Amino acid sequence: MAPAVSFLEAVSLTGHFPVLAGLTLEVNEGEVVHLRGPNGAGKTSLLRACAGLLPIVSGEAVVLGHDLKADRVSVRREVAHLGHKTFLYDDLTVEENVRFAVRAARAPTTGIEDSLGKVELNGRLRTTAVGRLSAGQRRRTALAVVIARGARLWLLDEPHAGLDEEGREVLDRLVAAAANSGGTVLFASHELERAESIATRSIEIRGGAAIAASPARRRRSSAHEAKVNLDVA
Amino acid sequence: MTVTSTPLKEQPGRAVDVASSPRRLRRSASTRRDRLVAALGLLALIGVVIDVWLGLWVTPPDQTLGNLVRLLYIHPALAWVMYIAYGIAFLSSILYLWPRTRSPRFDHLAGAAAEVGVVFTGLTLVTGSIWGRPTWGTWWTWDPLLTTTALLFVLYLGYLAVRRVPGDPATRAKRSAVAALVAFIDVPVVYFSVLWWRSLHQLPTVDDPVTGKTYVHGSMAWTLLLSFVSFSLVFLWLLIHRYRLSLLAEKESDELLAIAMAERRGEVAR
Amino acid sequence: MWRDALLVAGKDLRVELRSRVALAEVAPFALVVLVLFGLALGPDRSVLQNVATGLFWVAALLATVLAVQRSFAIEAADDARDGLRLSGLDPAGVFAGKGLAIAAQLVVIEIVLAVVAALLFDVHLSGGLTLIAICVAATTGLVAVGTVYGAVAARARVRETLLPLLFLPVVAPVLLAAVKASKAALAGTPSHGYGWLELLGVFAVVYVAVGAVAFGPLVED
Repeated sequence: MAPAVSFLEAVSLTGHFPVLAGLTLEVNEGEVVHLRGPNGAGKTSLLRACAGLLPIVSGEAVVLGHDLKADRVSVRREVAHLGHKTFLYDDLTVEENVRFAVRAARAPTTGIEDSLGKVELNGRLRTTAVGRLSAGQRRRTALAVVIARGARLWLLDEPHAGLDEEGREVLDRLVAAAANSGGTVLFASHELERAESIATRSIEIRGGAAIAASPARRRRSSAHEAKVNLDVA
Repeated sequence: MTVTSTPLKEQPGRAVDVASSPRRLRRSASTRRDRLVAALGLLALIGVVIDVWLGLWVTPPDQTLGNLVRLLYIHPALAWVMYIAYGIAFLSSILYLWPRTRSPRFDHLAGAAAEVGVVFTGLTLVTGSIWGRPTWGTWWTWDPLLTTTALLFVLYLGYLAVRRVPGDPATRAKRSAVAALVAFIDVPVVYFSVLWWRSLHQLPTVDDPVTGKTYVHGSMAWTLLLSFVSFSLVFLWLLIHRYRLSLLAEKESDELLAIAMAERRGEVAR
Repeated sequence: MWRDALLVAGKDLRVELRSRVALAEVAPFALVVLVLFGLALGPDRSVLQNVATGLFWVAALLATVLAVQRSFAIEAADDARDGLRLSGLDPAGVFAGKGLAIAAQLVVIEIVLAVVAALLFDVHLSGGLTLIAICVAATTGLVAVGTVYGAVAARARVRETLLPLLFLPVVAPVLLAAVKASKAALAGTPSHGYGWLELLGVFAVVYVAVGAVAFGPLVED
């Protein structure tokens, strides 16, 4: 089975700076991979590269079967990227933002209701303009977009940041659910404990390249795993 | 997963300083090129000097225009070169945008041509204005060619401004090429619209010295031809140097990149 | 592509409906320009009547610059320039969609401007059908050029002064042609302006084509 993400000595430049300096990485479907490393190491760049945003100037980079060197654009409908910024339109409501993103990705609009429910924004807030929401609520809206697009690969950059404790629980559940249904999740996070409880693997990024990968970790306990599954059902 | 990091020296395809015959050959080839360019420059200089001498002293004053006609030996040549420059910038930009012929050299060429072109445009405007002054009494007439030239000037200042926007070289090149495309396609449109705009108004019957017909004959014709040739050579010489400057600047950035890559890998070792 | 275009246009117009920037800020700006010109060129009615069409179109051009800047600014809010790229939308569709939205706003502004200009400068509005054709052709050309340059000038660390410098010289022919054609139409001899109208049409077609082709590569990093 072809891996979901496959990078081989990939190099990507921003101006003259190599944000990815010969990065080699392989991620299979269904994995939840935690990217850790110091600031400026290239975690954000790797996630952006997987979303087809960065030009790969040398090496190999294949995401979900799309060769990023040949065509970076078509992969974008199949991935969902959650970055530091939320890419939302302040003047539109939560629901309108999600609807726009879903239709742009040619995903079925039936998933909107469900996604709003999962992030607990399907009450009064769904018709509130995004500009009026708190940072945490904006993050949750962006998360709803990720879910509603039904992407096979989730690229989350510091997803826990800006969310309160409850929001983080919700996020963890959603990540687990996505992985369970065959999706792949790559996320960067400084919250090592929480990250390691949801990740199946951890990779360190340093200097624009991938360093050691800890062996596939089981989740902390099967009881915990069962709890996660039950919540999602 | 281990780090794959080969020292710079051993990487294939990387130019390494080795004292061997290939290096000497490379150097002699480039000095030959340099000598050719220097010869070109000298030729251009001689051409311009002769042009000035002929223009100022040898050729006769015109029947109607008097000594003012001597600007004939500068102004049209400048305008001609200006259009050549922009033509080169336009073609280079297209070649850059076309996937099969995409090469950074075309981007450098377009930028160099546009810069030199802007200088010549400015000179065209100034000489055109000077030419018009004694006849019209004003520094500016809304003559179609002059007005088109003024608009071209601003168009390409805008293009140069786009080139200065920071970003990685490929993005900048693409952006500049598109800007050149949009701007250059506009040139004929501008020219015709300004021409129609002017022709609608009944102009006084005095021949506009800048676009009007002046009877050119004998030594005047030869001098005119010489001016076209020598200014073209000047342009070529300037273009080559500006293009080289552009290439050298990029080479410098590439070397900075190599250093940055090495440092990045060095971070890993920490 | 049209699907994406309509989606983007709808989104842009919905944002405009909520925020009302074109209505509350750009249109008043254009009106202020008219009034200022009126002040500057003196109270002599015959002078103003003569220059009215010129002033209208200059104000329309300046309004286009603002409208384009606004259109790209909403994408950049929250520094989210990548948003449209990540959405997976077809770039040509984005170009058409943004262009349609800007054009719609401009048409409304032009109508308001026309009414006010007619009032301020004592001009009788006639030759309706031709005037509409002129507005449509001119606006299409303006918007096509504006959208392309808007994308060029919308990158990070670029000053807002870049867009006017790029845009205004390129659309100088549109200004010329629109003024001439409008003058002919208003004077009751629209046929004198048909040549200019053709020029407007050609300009519009050429630049829509250029924009559709160039927009994609332009927006990519």
